Amino acid sequence: MPDKIYLSLIPLLPLATFVLLGLFGRKYFKTFSGIIGTTSLFISCLISLTTAYNYFFVSGKVNGVYQHIIALKYTWLQFSPDISIDMGIILDPISVMMIVVVTFVSLMVHIYSLGYMKGEERFATYYSFLSLFTFSMLGLVLSSNIFQIYIFWELVGVSSFLLIGYYYDKPSAVAASKKAFIVTRFADLGFLIGILILSFNARTLDFETLIQRLTDLSSPQLQTAAAASFLGASALTWGLILVFIGGAGKSAMFPLHIWLPDAMEGPTPVSALIHAATMVVAGVFLVARLFPVFAISCPVALHVVAYVGALSALLAAIIACTQTDIKRVLAYSTMSQIGYMMFALGVAGYGGENGLGFMASMFHLFTHAFFKALLFLGAGAVIHMIHSNEMKDMGGLRKFMPITHITFLIACLAIAGIPPFAGFFSKEEILTAAFHSDKIIYSVALITAAITAFYMFRLYFSIFWNAPSHLERAGGEVHHGEGTASMKLPLIILAAGALLAGFIPFGELVTSDGAPLETHMDLTFSIAPVLLAITAILFARSMYMKQNNLPQKISKTVSALYQYSYHKFYIDEIYLFITKKIVFNLIGRPAAWIDRNIVDGTMNMIAALTGIFSDTIRGFQSGKVQNYAIYFFAGVIGFAVLFIYLWK
Amino acid sequence: MTANQILFYLISAFILGAGLIAVTARKVFRSAIWLLFSLIGIAAFYFWIRVEFVAAVQIIVYVGGIVVLIIFSIFLTQQSGKEMAKPLQGRAAFSALAVISGFVLTYLLIFQHSFNPATNNSIEGSVANIGSQLLSISEHGYVLPFEVVSILLLAAMIGCIVIAIKSRPETK
Amino acid sequence: MNEIPLSHILFVSTALFFIGAYGFFTRRNMITMLMAIELILNSVNINFVAFNKYLYPDKLDGIFFTIFIITIAAAEAAVAIAIIINLYRSHKSIDVENADELKF
Repeated sequence: MPDKIYLSLIPLLPLATFVLLGLFGRKYFKTFSGIIGTTSLFISCLISLTTAYNYFFVSGKVNGVYQHIIALKYTWLQFSPDISIDMGIILDPISVMMIVVVTFVSLMVHIYSLGYMKGEERFATYYSFLSLFTFSMLGLVLSSNIFQIYIFWELVGVSSFLLIGYYYDKPSAVAASKKAFIVTRFADLGFLIGILILSFNARTLDFETLIQRLTDLSSPQLQTAAAASFLGASALTWGLILVFIGGAGKSAMFPLHIWLPDAMEGPTPVSALIHAATMVVAGVFLVARLFPVFAISCPVALHVVAYVGALSALLAAIIACTQTDIKRVLAYSTMSQIGYMMFALGVAGYGGENGLGFMASMFHLFTHAFFKALLFLGAGAVIHMIHSNEMKDMGGLRKFMPITHITFLIACLAIAGIPPFAGFFSKEEILTAAFHSDKIIYSVALITAAITAFYMFRLYFSIFWNAPSHLERAGGEVHHGEGTASMKLPLIILAAGALLAGFIPFGELVTSDGAPLETHMDLTFSIAPVLLAITAILFARSMYMKQNNLPQKISKTVSALYQYSYHKFYIDEIYLFITKKIVFNLIGRPAAWIDRNIVDGTMNMIAALTGIFSDTIRGFQSGKVQNYAIYFFAGVIGFAVLFIYLWK
Repeated sequence: MTANQILFYLISAFILGAGLIAVTARKVFRSAIWLLFSLIGIAAFYFWIRVEFVAAVQIIVYVGGIVVLIIFSIFLTQQSGKEMAKPLQGRAAFSALAVISGFVLTYLLIFQHSFNPATNNSIEGSVANIGSQLLSISEHGYVLPFEVVSILLLAAMIGCIVIAIKSRPETK
Repeated sequence: MNEIPLSHILFVSTALFFIGAYGFFTRRNMITMLMAIELILNSVNINFVAFNKYLYPDKLDGIFFTIFIITIAAAEAAVAIAIIINLYRSHKSIDVENADELKF
């Protein structure tokens, strides 16, 4: 790669757009800001695609293994001769893949928002926030230094906060943005401690050096890290688990998932970009970035990753079956799919055949971006038309929005894992990896796949088939139409992606150690999940395609499970209980009391003491001659005694 | 114990006793009279120590001048028959303490120092000697302080009149 | 005169001085404060005369000092009375506790 400066344009173009639109957009550019944002992102996307082409197909390989190329490096803060924060750009298979995904999906969202957010008063602000987010996410995936990734991690959190709370006059949106920020911030505390532990033990903050030192079984840093023990686990294990906690917060893994459904208060294109395709996969990306350390030096942490991922996947799938807000269904679906990605990483090993899980996870990340963004954008079109999020207001919409209908169907088939759509290939790889490593996780994955197919098609049928919507009841009058061309174009492009992305030979491009991986298609093995999915789809069809009372009967039969699922397993209530009754009462109130009475009290007491002291001394200036005479006399006697007897 | 010694102790007891009562008496007129007695006792002491001129001056100026002045001012400013106000709380105790400690300190110093009486020729303090030395301009002459004191007396007189004068009412 | 050691006379004068000091600190009436000051001045006079007679019998300096002190004490008593009278006119009382205009 001869001239690497142009790589810095990839994140810097959105940054410049953010500054430009943020400062001047509202007053000078107004609706033109959308064009500016889209154009700058288009250029960024082109550069990313060029870089990806160059890296994967022209010059990225040395001896058949994809290299980790440090494209730029700049020493920012030097703490000591061996530890410094260097800002840099790293090119390796996962980061190149991610810049393609991020810029592409962001471009689709920009184009879509031209139509969806038309008429908004704060149009320019919206585009500036989108550009800020894109910049942060690109910076995150290109980071070559663990501290740099933390900086961009927080920036991504801030952008998410700004975008979720975009409709700031809605109290629910404000509360949701606060919740998202606080929960992820709380997880980032673990991330920071993990960074400190890892970098302290490896004596470096640089990813390359850190990974190399902590995976080389003979390195002294690994010896000390693995030996130092705290509460039964080594320092290395703690560091990795804490880093994973940070990733779990951002990726909405159980139990830090509570912010994701509420984050749907933001505009729908934002949900498509941030909470489906890019930000929520940051946690998966982080684990993938540190994957050699996880796999080689600390398999315990990898098991934690796997089980948390599997549990989240199953839990989210169960909850999604009963939700009635279509965006919430999609949010839980995202959580479930990210759980897939996590446990796929968790069951993988490093190098060669063992790295199948890694490749499968990255493949699923890639395809998921396409079909999840497509689902959200399609849901946005529906909401744009109906002006409501609830399933009961929808139905029979296939007559009114044909393009949305077809693309939504493609996306649902993809996520259900039906061949030849993209999701089938990536899910199949994940299931193969799980089967060869941990049978429990394999069975959980299989069950979740079936449930996924069920609730996705429940969603599909409830929107586009089923009962007549109030549109139909109103005589078929259409106010908005399906949406402008700018809203339909991204749907079509993403649908093409969902169809074709599965055929990319991912095993040759992105693997755990850079060397290409042969993947075989085992037909007998893949029949089982496909059959399960088709059965689930037919079951959903029987319940939801036409109006009937089968759903009510089933929900009464399994009423306990239904209640738990509908109320999201009461996790939000548990959190509220813990924070209000325990943290606020036992920690917050005493702390406030101490602050008011002891800290402030000490200050007040010092001031009062000074006051008392000064009042006492003030009495000396009484204006009475006799008092003065007495003080004078006493002083003379005192000095006389002092000088004559005590101080010769 | 010669008569000289007995006389001295009597005189000093008189001086100190009268002085004590003068500073602690409750009625102001009685306090003035005890002061008068104390000053007369001091004059007796001067007689005993054989500086007769100073004794005479003491009686004329102090007893006959200053105490009379004090008595006149008592008449001018208050009813002399009434009891005076008591000293402030704690003031008496604290002052007594300070004074006694000061006395102990001073007397210890005096006691530790041995004063050796001189034995050379003594000059008699007769009026002629005092007068001639008062107006002499030789080494031990006191004519300059004499003149200065005269001016001071003049200034004091004028000062008293200015301070105590009643301001004239404005003429219409 | 030689039978009484000098320190006895100094005892008398010291005691008189501190009696006068006690009176000055304790008395509330301004005129009685003035009387206490006179006692102090007299104790100093006794000191001068005693030292003159015992330590320097060939000079008369102590006597002169005594005379001057008596003179100046007279002048000072006169000025003090004038001030007291003036103060009495404005405060209508000669209690020294009332003369506290120089208070903080």
